Amino acid sequence: MTPVSGVSLKELEALAKRVRRHIVEMTAAAGCGHPGGSLSCVEILVALYRHTLRHDPQNPQWPDRDRFILSKGHAVPTLYAVLAECGYLPVEELITLRKLGSRLEGHAVAGSPPGVEMTSGSLGMGLSFSLGQALAARLDGKDYRVYCLLGDGDLNEGQTWEAAMASAHHQVDNLTAIIDYNRIQNDGFSDYSRYEDKSRPQRTGGWVSEGGHTVNIMDLQPLEDKWRAFGWQVLETDGHDLSALIQTLDKAKGIKGRPTVIIAHTIKGKGVSFMENNPAFHGKAPTPEQAEKALAELA
Amino acid sequence: MTTKAAATREALGPTLVRLCREGLDIVVVDADLGSSTTARQFGKVFPERFFPVGVAEQNMVNVAAGLAAAGKTVFISTFAVFAPGRCFDQLRLGIAQPRLNVKLVGSHAGIVTGEDGASAHAIDDLSLTLSLPGFRVIVPADVVEAEQAIEVAARNLGPFYVRCVRPKIPVIYNQGYEFQLGKTHLARPGKDVTVMALGVMVWKALEAAELLAADGIDCRVLNMSSLKPLDVESVLAAARETGAIVTAEDHLVHGGLASLVAQTLALHEPTPMAFIGMQDQYAVSGRWDELLEHYGLSAEKIADAARGVVARKKG
Repeated sequence: MTPVSGVSLKELEALAKRVRRHIVEMTAAAGCGHPGGSLSCVEILVALYRHTLRHDPQNPQWPDRDRFILSKGHAVPTLYAVLAECGYLPVEELITLRKLGSRLEGHAVAGSPPGVEMTSGSLGMGLSFSLGQALAARLDGKDYRVYCLLGDGDLNEGQTWEAAMASAHHQVDNLTAIIDYNRIQNDGFSDYSRYEDKSRPQRTGGWVSEGGHTVNIMDLQPLEDKWRAFGWQVLETDGHDLSALIQTLDKAKGIKGRPTVIIAHTIKGKGVSFMENNPAFHGKAPTPEQAEKALAELA
Repeated sequence: MTTKAAATREALGPTLVRLCREGLDIVVVDADLGSSTTARQFGKVFPERFFPVGVAEQNMVNVAAGLAAAGKTVFISTFAVFAPGRCFDQLRLGIAQPRLNVKLVGSHAGIVTGEDGASAHAIDDLSLTLSLPGFRVIVPADVVEAEQAIEVAARNLGPFYVRCVRPKIPVIYNQGYEFQLGKTHLARPGKDVTVMALGVMVWKALEAAELLAADGIDCRVLNMSSLKPLDVESVLAAARETGAIVTAEDHLVHGGLASLVAQTLALHEPTPMAFIGMQDQYAVSGRWDELLEHYGLSAEKIADAARGVVARKKG
């Protein structure tokens, strides 16, 4: 178990910035990847790995470790970067992302490198897997906890709601889901709230903007009500405020008798001005020039 | 052959109970068909190891994956149309790619599911599971073999698909029989032609061999229950020694036994072949034995096909 509870907020913020730099450098070097949704979950993973999770980088298979399950597998650069900063792999290896022969696959692959718990990349499977892990912990009388990170796209998938229903049904209070709720997905904006051109009338069921984005792909609101109706304890937080995240994660640990979901309000592409709230960087790497500019902002 | 009959699915529940009592760390995830697949019998004996998730096959597969990743030997079962049919992506990414220790038992496979009609007839489940690297695929020919296949699946690490059926079919093996993963079973020796058969069609192939014997054709019958890993040596030996092959399966002829054997022979031992199975169509409702006749999955049609390939033999 890493002794991290004493780490100051300033150190965590500095770590978050380094992770953001890794994400920009890795995706730029790969020439492809998903920087937007990776940047939006940086603080969530930093808070988990440096405060909340019971884990040991020297012993990734430790049976009593807490599990972090990345359902939104396209954000795996963030996981690699945080694992590297924790000592699971050399930081120098990060730059091999997506290259032939690298352990750092384009989407998460279980065990590659050690520390990655679940193979993902097709959305909607992570919460089910997490439920399986939570049930195993209970059956084995172990006190490890399971944390599952979901994106907007995961919440479009029907399977996530099958798992939500089943998790409450089985009363797994050792399971915490965290939603990286950046409201942008592959084709554009998941609802109208982050779409900036308010002059256009809203159209039921969504539409394609002149800029080429689909707007209102699948409105998840009222999101809190949905989870509550499925039997979950719902907590909300600013997903970029490390202090608030840590407090919320601590609170989730104490909730008994049902699973907890943390709706973390985030901004896609957070930390890089021209990527923020920009659907173009969901699945596109920065060019070398863009990367240089981004790194200057993250200096 | 005895006149005893049993459904291969009946082996599941009792076998899981026995293996768990013997110390295997088995758990079952169930999608509201445990009464039909017989997995529910396990839940009755080991309630803490039985996890109902409702009619939600996708969730069932990945919950199983999570349990397997935590060290459990996980069995999931439902109608074969639903798994692998409904949750193929979950099987591919959730089970096959990480090679997790999950055993899928698809019950009610094939047109022999009968009266429920095409929506309940899995005739593509072998195509689907054969296309999952790392999956072992077993099709028991009777309940004796089904019990052994389930035990082999439980005792061998990694993913398995075991295909079972709904109706009571003849029991062709006695308790001395031993199923071997990666081996065909010589159900009847013969030197003029080989029928390679799966599941209920092994019984039909044995009947066909009797019909052929009356014509003076000596027909070998191979039970192909270990579809993957395939017993390539035995397949090639049959081609070399009998020079004519008929495959017989209650499944589409595309992607199942016919495709697998044809691919193997095309590479190593091109041989005249004929394929008994569903021919690019869906079946309708009807009694299972009537359906087999209606769609040409019968001893007579196997015998006809065998006569045809014998006539096409080389040299």
